[in-house]
Amino acid sequence: MPDILSFLKSIISVSGISGHEAPVASLIKDKWRPLVNEVTTSRVGSLHGFKKGSGKSPRPSVMIATHMDAIGMRVSKIVDGFLHITRVGGIDVRVLPGAQVTVHADSGDELPGVIAMPSAKLLPESEGSDVLGIEYLLVDTGLLPREVEKKVRVGDLVSFANEPMELAGDVISGHTLDNRASVAALTVCLEELQDKQHVWDVWAVATVQEETSYLGAYTSAFALRPQIAIAVDGTFAKGPGAGGWQTYPMGKGVGVCMGPNMHPFLHTQLTELADKLEIPWFLDVTTSHSGTDAYPMQVSAEGIPTALVEFPLRYMHTPVESVSIKDIQRAGRLLAAFIAGLEADFVDRIRWDD
Amino acid sequence: MPPFGNPQLKLLEKLCNVISISGDEGEVRKIVLEEIKPYADEVRVDALGNVLATRQGRTRNGAKRTRVMLDAHMDEVGLMIVADEGEGIYRFETVGGIDVRHLIGKPIYIWKTRTPGVIGGKPIHLMDAGERKHKVPVDGLRIDLGPAGKAKVGDCAGFATKFRRVGPSIMSKSIDDRIGVATVIDLLKHAPSNVDICAAFTVQEEIGLRGAQVAAQYFNPDMAIAIDATPAHDLPVHDGGENMTYNTKLGLGPAIYIADGSTLHDPRLFRFLQETAEADGIPYQLRQPGGGGTDSGAIQSALAGIPTVSVSVPHRYTHSPVSISRVDDWKNTLALLHAALKRIKPALIAGR
Repeated sequence: MPDILSFLKSIISVSGISGHEAPVASLIKDKWRPLVNEVTTSRVGSLHGFKKGSGKSPRPSVMIATHMDAIGMRVSKIVDGFLHITRVGGIDVRVLPGAQVTVHADSGDELPGVIAMPSAKLLPESEGSDVLGIEYLLVDTGLLPREVEKKVRVGDLVSFANEPMELAGDVISGHTLDNRASVAALTVCLEELQDKQHVWDVWAVATVQEETSYLGAYTSAFALRPQIAIAVDGTFAKGPGAGGWQTYPMGKGVGVCMGPNMHPFLHTQLTELADKLEIPWFLDVTTSHSGTDAYPMQVSAEGIPTALVEFPLRYMHTPVESVSIKDIQRAGRLLAAFIAGLEADFVDRIRWDD
Repeated sequence: MPPFGNPQLKLLEKLCNVISISGDEGEVRKIVLEEIKPYADEVRVDALGNVLATRQGRTRNGAKRTRVMLDAHMDEVGLMIVADEGEGIYRFETVGGIDVRHLIGKPIYIWKTRTPGVIGGKPIHLMDAGERKHKVPVDGLRIDLGPAGKAKVGDCAGFATKFRRVGPSIMSKSIDDRIGVATVIDLLKHAPSNVDICAAFTVQEEIGLRGAQVAAQYFNPDMAIAIDATPAHDLPVHDGGENMTYNTKLGLGPAIYIADGSTLHDPRLFRFLQETAEADGIPYQLRQPGGGGTDSGAIQSALAGIPTVSVSVPHRYTHSPVSISRVDDWKNTLALLHAALKRIKPALIAGR
């Protein structure tokens, strides 16, 4: 098993719902500590891994943003020991009935549970045979009502709990691969940089609250003021249920995104480099906001030239998101080569093509 | 009652953690055969795949013994691969009654080859508001085994849910009806001498009680008890009103049947079970009469008719990836049935 696969499995086996990223942050911190000069935590909880460049001071810096938060749920009401829930981030209510979850109770207990669909006779007549609204779903912990009342509070988090699965052909499946798979790609990048020279300083950043407000990327880009920024995130893979123009084959290469959210010069540099390294890549386009940390970084401070590197991910925002390990490794290699190739005067060479 | 504890729960865990879809019950059959061989006088696997075991009692002076058929079904609902679309993507159909809303976003196993897979769904980002509100029918879903994944048309798949114990409860994909299988194994192991036991571990209950029919025809017993898991719809009503349609409730003990969708249970037998529970102080509940059914439907009408009753362990979220039962309900089900077997005399079903 490649080392990066075991790390990825470990970080999708812990929670870290938007606003409560500490459990996953501590695993990432431990992994990054030997790979960088220093790991610090931002005022809002993002991790900043600083890897010092070899250039003369003051050195320019590049920020790579990978969000570590996950979508999930939160307890909204407790009735007879059953938990009503509400969304944190873009939860698809269709995938919830029968899903295994963990309730992160106020008492400190991690309670296993299942999301239950009450029978039609217990629901209003208008509901019943089609997708139920989240307000009708209940989490059952298997505990007696008095135990639940003792341990659980309104506001407690509920995360998906199905275990990661390795599928045939170098694919890993599980919840929260959006965007822990990018954290793994950035980790591959840091590992690659161990025996590469790089002139620029590198900020490896694991951001918080991307799924809800981009809080981490806005604030870290402002605090660190990098000269350029690159976000890493999943895009839509072709597969069952998804075959439109916005979808790309899984395991066949990385995406380099283009559109108003990206700086064309960075895009050209990345794609030319990918060609040179024979890393297969595809062009993804986005007409406005990319829906990733690339947006908040682009508009931070005085504005930052930004790029977006992607890997195709199947079944996004379901508990069985799937990615190709090869694509993760490719993204990491491309980032490392890009960083190692940044010359001291790169910023001065950034041009508009008009 | 023989001691109840870890050995029974360990066996239940083992039974629950294999996948055994109707028509493909080999994995459970293997475990059952291993468990019962030392305790049965005769064991056979019949033409459909039922495991049929007998254990003779012993009575003085050749006094008549009642032949009691104990029935539990080995199969569970699941999926069957019906077409290969290439690159590890497969179409499937459901086997038995599965609500399609439980399928999307779930990990599964093709059990024979222990091949893991997932049932994915279109990303929420690519759907319009209308699409988000509608369930995806089975023909819109696929099993994804990964690009190098291989399965054969006809292979069966089931939910990849592991058995677990949580506080007073157990959680598993297949409490229905491994809890019945584990119960009949326990009853056979500790059978009293006043009865002859005909233990039927049946196939294909979920698709029409097929195994039970031929098992009853083979045994021709004096009476039968079908042991199953029955739904507990004991959840709050959306508007806070009283739940009038709970079927059964967790924690109130074994559910004794009076009538369901396919059987009017034998009054001599359901009264006998209630009297036994009351005499021994064993908690029990009466399943709300209504639809649904168990193997009793096929057994009662077999041959010239067989006096039949059902007893079930209540469980929530039937035929879904995770069902929940209370350990105490199972313990009390075992207590009731052990006690009942000891009390059975030929007079119980003589005349009506």
